[in-house]
Amino acid sequence: MNIEALLLSIRLALCVSAILFLIGVPLAYWLAYSRWRGKFLLEAVVALPLVLPPTVLGFYMLLAMGPHGALGKLWYAAFGHGLAFTFEGLVIASVLYSLPFAVQPLVASFETVDRKLLDASAVLGAGSMRTFSRIILPLSVPGIITALVLSFAHTLGEFGVVLMVGGNLPGVTRTVSIDIYDRAQSLDYSGASRTALLLLVISFLVLSAVYGVNRRAGRRAWASWPLR
Amino acid sequence: MSSAALAARIRKVHRGNAATPFLLDIQIEAPPGITILFGPSGAGKSTLLDCIAGLAQPNEGRIAVNGNVVFDSEKSVNLPPQQRHIAYVFQSLALFPHMTVEANVAYGLPHAPQHTSGERVSEILKMFRVEQLRHRKAREISGGEQQRVALARSLVTEPRVLLLDEPLTGLDTELKGSIIDDLRAWNAAHKLPILYVTHSREEVDALGDRVIAMEHGKIVSEGTPREVLDAPRRRRLAQAAGFENLLSGTVLDLREPDGVMRVRLAEATCEIEVPLGHAAPGDRVRVAIRAGDILLATEPPRALSARNILEGKIASIEHRGTLVVARVDSGVVFTVHVTPGAERALELTLGKKVWLVLKTHSCHFVEG
Repeated sequence: MNIEALLLSIRLALCVSAILFLIGVPLAYWLAYSRWRGKFLLEAVVALPLVLPPTVLGFYMLLAMGPHGALGKLWYAAFGHGLAFTFEGLVIASVLYSLPFAVQPLVASFETVDRKLLDASAVLGAGSMRTFSRIILPLSVPGIITALVLSFAHTLGEFGVVLMVGGNLPGVTRTVSIDIYDRAQSLDYSGASRTALLLLVISFLVLSAVYGVNRRAGRRAWASWPLR
Repeated sequence: MSSAALAARIRKVHRGNAATPFLLDIQIEAPPGITILFGPSGAGKSTLLDCIAGLAQPNEGRIAVNGNVVFDSEKSVNLPPQQRHIAYVFQSLALFPHMTVEANVAYGLPHAPQHTSGERVSEILKMFRVEQLRHRKAREISGGEQQRVALARSLVTEPRVLLLDEPLTGLDTELKGSIIDDLRAWNAAHKLPILYVTHSREEVDALGDRVIAMEHGKIVSEGTPREVLDAPRRRRLAQAAGFENLLSGTVLDLREPDGVMRVRLAEATCEIEVPLGHAAPGDRVRVAIRAGDILLATEPPRALSARNILEGKIASIEHRGTLVVARVDSGVVFTVHVTPGAERALELTLGKKVWLVLKTHSCHFVEG
């Protein structure tokens, strides 16, 4: 069993969940409340990773991050090294890949907050920031938990995108799913099965913890998760 | 514009739930005290309140509170709801379910220093008799308590106008009465203009100083509750006002010395006497009669002051809680309300022959 790969995967998943929370909340707020007519276009873009093969997304990310890609050049100018086949590159690709898993539950739970509560808040003198932090956010806790857990679990298990943009550098981009693939390819079935089992157990524990917490709070984690 | 505390002139295309859009075209002035906006659902009452509060935007118009303009389409003034200082209690009340009663009430006072805000919250909770609930979650208290908390939350901010959109729906009469008394007591000191939307006749009677009756986006009558309710000019308003029987007929003749006119109902042969109205013989008119104003007899009544006695048969009997709704066919079908006790005493059954007794002044002449 490859502990280094497992730790790398967890570190990646934590980074990605945190970043997704930070960009997902304002993005979801905008998607839930904007009255812009072209909103559906952005909704479609956010949902793309759900239907696109990871290799397609990974391929485009690889081009963008490469020495001739826009993102790669920008990164080189800022940090003096390339982006492809680095941990940072992997984080950026994973954030894009897991975006719908964070944004959609957030949008769904923001939208289920009773509009009358928002009206009441406005009439009582609260601006949109106060309404968001005092009313929308506290009433969306199950959706936020769902978004965080799905981002984490989805990143933990990703394979195609990592393979495309990260390659297979031990300790840098060799995540646990790549490790399992490698071992299976080299006929190390016992090593592969130990790691696979561990991943299965961790995923199960994380998800059941979320369901348990939400059940105790009288809410269903997936109640605010319609795929659109 | 007059100096009325609230003056609003609003034109807005109103898109209700399913009905075809219509134009909300209203001019109202509300002095301090309760002004009731009365009318059937879908008349545009809530939209009017939304416009005044700033939650909806009129296509054109002007809204001023104590002479301060909060909306003026000509001068492109449109203050957001946050800056209007207009309190609004929705039908759903919209208490914040995750907060305590105290936090709900203090929500509108974020800038007040802690101790004054605490004092004001305590005072208003006491005023509305919900002080003992201050640490309970809003979603855990009863309907009547929620209504009291919603009023307290709106009023603690010391607004310039109070808008109430059917806030007492679903409460029993006694509870309603006690909340209304507390609201009146509060307003005796504060003298706010209060716009109170309702479609319940009972509330109009209980609250009424001034009533504005609305239908289909327009004001159809204005005055005291008696004036507005007892002379319904239009069919739907009559139904909203609790006139279950709305019968069309033809004026036969006017008996001016007696102050009555005779009306033949529909194609039937039955004739009734109704108070004199602006009509001429041969006019098609409507007569509105409350189901509770009709007496039932199982023998031909004699020696009564009531002028209208009609013979008929029971066509159906329906039980709604403690109310018995009987339909009586006497050429036209009348809806009659009786109590379960009366039903038993008279042994009302389907097909039984009965006599309907209508006082002349229970028959209301409806124009058009």
